[in-house]
Amino acid sequence: MRRSMLFIPGNAPGLLINGNYLGADALIFDLEDAVAPEEKDAARILVRNTLKYMDFQGCETIVRINALDTEYWKADLEEVLKHKPDLIMLPKAGTEEEIRTADYFISELESKFGHMPGSVGIMALIETAKGLENAYAIAGASQRVMALFLGAEDLTADLRCQRTREGREIEYARSRLVSAARAAGIDAYDTPFTDVADDEGIRSDALSAKALGFSGKAAISPRHVSVINDVFSPSPDEVNYAYEVMEVITQAQMQGKGAVALRGKMIDAPIVARARQVIAMAEEMGAGR
Amino acid sequence: MDSKIVSTLREAIELAGLKDGMTISFHHHLRNGDYVLNMVMDQVAAMGIRDLTINASSLFDCHSPLLAHVKNRVVTKILTDYMSGGIGREISRGIMEHPVEFRTHGGRPSDIAQGRTPIDVAFVAAPCSDPMGNCSGKYGKSACGSLGYAHADAQYARKVIVITDELTTYPLLDWSIDETRVDHVVVVDAIGDPRGIVSGTTRITRDPVGLVMARQAAQVIRHSGLLRDGFSFQTGAGGASLAAASYLKEIMLRENILGSFGLGGITGYMVDMLKAGCFEKLLDVQCFDLNAVESIRKDPRHQEIGAEHYAGVSGRSAVVDSLDVVILGAAEIDTDFNVNVHTDSSGSIMGGSGGHSDTAAGARLSMIIAPLQRARLPIITDRVTCISTPGRDIDVLVTQAGIAINPKNAELKRSLISAGLNIVDIGDLKEKAEKLTGRPARPVPGEREVARVIYRDGSLLDRIYNVRQS
Repeated sequence: MRRSMLFIPGNAPGLLINGNYLGADALIFDLEDAVAPEEKDAARILVRNTLKYMDFQGCETIVRINALDTEYWKADLEEVLKHKPDLIMLPKAGTEEEIRTADYFISELESKFGHMPGSVGIMALIETAKGLENAYAIAGASQRVMALFLGAEDLTADLRCQRTREGREIEYARSRLVSAARAAGIDAYDTPFTDVADDEGIRSDALSAKALGFSGKAAISPRHVSVINDVFSPSPDEVNYAYEVMEVITQAQMQGKGAVALRGKMIDAPIVARARQVIAMAEEMGAGR
Repeated sequence: MDSKIVSTLREAIELAGLKDGMTISFHHHLRNGDYVLNMVMDQVAAMGIRDLTINASSLFDCHSPLLAHVKNRVVTKILTDYMSGGIGREISRGIMEHPVEFRTHGGRPSDIAQGRTPIDVAFVAAPCSDPMGNCSGKYGKSACGSLGYAHADAQYARKVIVITDELTTYPLLDWSIDETRVDHVVVVDAIGDPRGIVSGTTRITRDPVGLVMARQAAQVIRHSGLLRDGFSFQTGAGGASLAAASYLKEIMLRENILGSFGLGGITGYMVDMLKAGCFEKLLDVQCFDLNAVESIRKDPRHQEIGAEHYAGVSGRSAVVDSLDVVILGAAEIDTDFNVNVHTDSSGSIMGGSGGHSDTAAGARLSMIIAPLQRARLPIITDRVTCISTPGRDIDVLVTQAGIAINPKNAELKRSLISAGLNIVDIGDLKEKAEKLTGRPARPVPGEREVARVIYRDGSLLDRIYNVRQS
């Protein structure tokens, strides 16, 4: 479950050691945009030691390394993979070849550090027009690719359009990304909302993303985490309905009935699949019954 | 007599009969902008008076010139409730023959009232006064709001001198201290620097860890059984305490709970809660910011109280005895819940109880908010460097990594666990912090006693020793 993923600058020790208290389902330790070139080496070591010494208690760890067109990405991986994060976020993912290049190097390091082969996942950050158009190929380029993540700030710069509060300029990108990810059988995550003080804006932006099919959303401020968790959590009504669906289906199977209805609506396979997802999520949140 | 105005401070001091070996007192409502203490001390030094005891409700770093008077033996003894780090560092070097006596905001007026710490001359800095000494903190260019800490001084001192920079016509209405207590009035150009007296606004923290703790603190209050109509509350002016009040405000408005009163040093945030309908009244011993000053001047629901009424033990009751919840801070807390707010990690004085142990003793629920570590240091220790508030008076510690409940509160613990809050053992929190910070070496104190911490009932709580010079 990754409803919320919180970016934490790789050069902010006070936040790194407190990351798991901020309520996010996953933490993204950032070695890329948050860290100036002259601090890349120190941030790498800090993130490595954070992974080594901190117990994140069920909070997933993701490291955003620098892009493959920089001189930093290999050194980033060599350092942080010593103490294995759950996922590597690969910025500016543009082609399946890039994914394979990263995959190859990660495999070498898994072997070097004695990690189980294939145990380090990749989250591909789609933030260029090229990456967007290649999203499905990227999603299927390696077994490691667990999710696609939309980076709207860089993408809108590449598209040469203004980023707005309403986000109409990224509607196509959002839909395309969700479609590509789902077609490849993986998750899709939405771009952060950048106005830290706009409480209404973050809620409405998260609701839009959820409506399009995203599994969760990233945040650049801890202030947004609880809203994102709230939006991407099933409501008590949804949970109750999911349990009712499963009860009706179980009874129907016992009675040998084919088609069944609940609250006047036919229950078909997609509704059952959705009910199973909702119950799984509710139980993971401790809100099952 | 139609005026008690005397033309100079020197003349007022002479008329009051101040002599070697006497005790003089000051309040701290002008905080780090106060000019009056330094003004008076320079004058008494110039008059050749020596061997004085200073009884000041608090001392800030703006009072650092006092240290020169200590070295010259104009001042040989200090009684106070709080001392900022700049002065505290010097005192901690062992520059005084007699140890500083730290009392609480409730213990100080009680000891004055009961004659244990008699005052010969009280100097009352007043932002406005009339010629007969009816005075207030609510008006004038140096307005500070409440004058609560000066009430006992004015009531019990042998002589009282009001020092003001705003003389009004007689009679001043809405006084804090009335003319029956005042012997002389001195008018000066300025009693303080408004920039240091009150802050423009007190701000809620933006620190994410502080906000996590604040949210937890509000949930503890919500599920404590105390949050109902008639609820009463005090919180400090620190960022996380204010943030907790902000979350509490949301809960109270959402659940339509009308509290009876907010207490304490009052901030604009408590004023906002009053205006929003969270409380019926505010009881104010000290204003922390301009919004609080404006509110106490204009809103009849916002009432000034003296320190003895606030937190004393000599009266038949005090407001802290009726308090439901107080949120407090800590420099250190130990696994027996003893709290240190007097000394820093080197053992040097940098604070004082103020109303900490008074409110902790009085409130039904006293809660400490503190992070697991500050900079390189863990906050939870096996034994605090100095006991400011005994652990028996602390109910709950809220950190970012969980909430520890004093074992004496088994019922509260059950309630909070069943509410789904993250209740943990204080020893586990200590270990968690030490996994990162290690166990820093404890400061080794010197052999010279530099201060005594006196509990609100007059008993000796702890002693502070000099810091060894490297």
